[in-house]
Amino acid sequence: MASERRLRIKTLIMVLAMVVCANAGDLMLKRGMSQIGAVQLTASGLALAFRMTVASGTIWVAILFLSGFLLSYMTVLSWADYSYVMPAGAFGYALLTLLAVIFLHETVSPRRWVGVALICAGVMLVGQTKPRTTAVVSEAVARCA
Amino acid sequence: MRVILALAVLILGSTGGEIAITHGMKATGEPARLRPLELLQFLGRAVRNGWFWAGVPLMALSFYSLLVLLSWEPISLVIPASALSYVVGTLGAKYILGEQVSAARWAGVVLVCMGVALVAAS
Repeated sequence: MASERRLRIKTLIMVLAMVVCANAGDLMLKRGMSQIGAVQLTASGLALAFRMTVASGTIWVAILFLSGFLLSYMTVLSWADYSYVMPAGAFGYALLTLLAVIFLHETVSPRRWVGVALICAGVMLVGQTKPRTTAVVSEAVARCA
Repeated sequence: MRVILALAVLILGSTGGEIAITHGMKATGEPARLRPLELLQFLGRAVRNGWFWAGVPLMALSFYSLLVLLSWEPISLVIPASALSYVVGTLGAKYILGEQVSAARWAGVVLVCMGVALVAAS
């Protein structure tokens, strides 16, 4: 069915956007906060950290990515099952491991590779199922209500 | 005992919050097209939905519980244990949201749960 295929492709694109935005956002946040350095847990220390955070371009890029994650997450859940999106999102762990190996040349323990393989197998199994099993209100109906 | 209690708050808070937000999003209805203007209108409708705001404090509670747990136990125990939320979330999707969870989807969820636990523990 053409609409079924369209739904699947649309869902996969949004899940991918979700995973990429979440990982990129976390990475930029980590980089931005390490530029700022360890935060002192005093009133003046927190105030200084706040000023440095809002002045940091890296932090704003992180916020942009994390907002993109939230938007794609909310959008995909407006049509797809939670029990489809949630496990599919775990693909991010596998992606992060591959990126760490390729770009940061990190060594990965066998235990972690087994975990990545299990996640990939699980995501593929979930990906085979129908992305939507409940009735969904279309925008036209939602507007009338 | 307090660790188990905090872990329960962590898992139930995050899955409960996500289920409330999913319910809110389903009530909002999907955007007609994935264009900037339509997405903004969609976002506007979503934040006017009460279920969305029911989810936010639950997720905040879960995050607070995570911070408390991390002050008691090592991260290599806390994060793998929180992978249980994949199973709890699927149960919630089935019994609260009324989604049909097929055998294939269950098998996938269990594999993902074990995989995340292994990745986070290493």
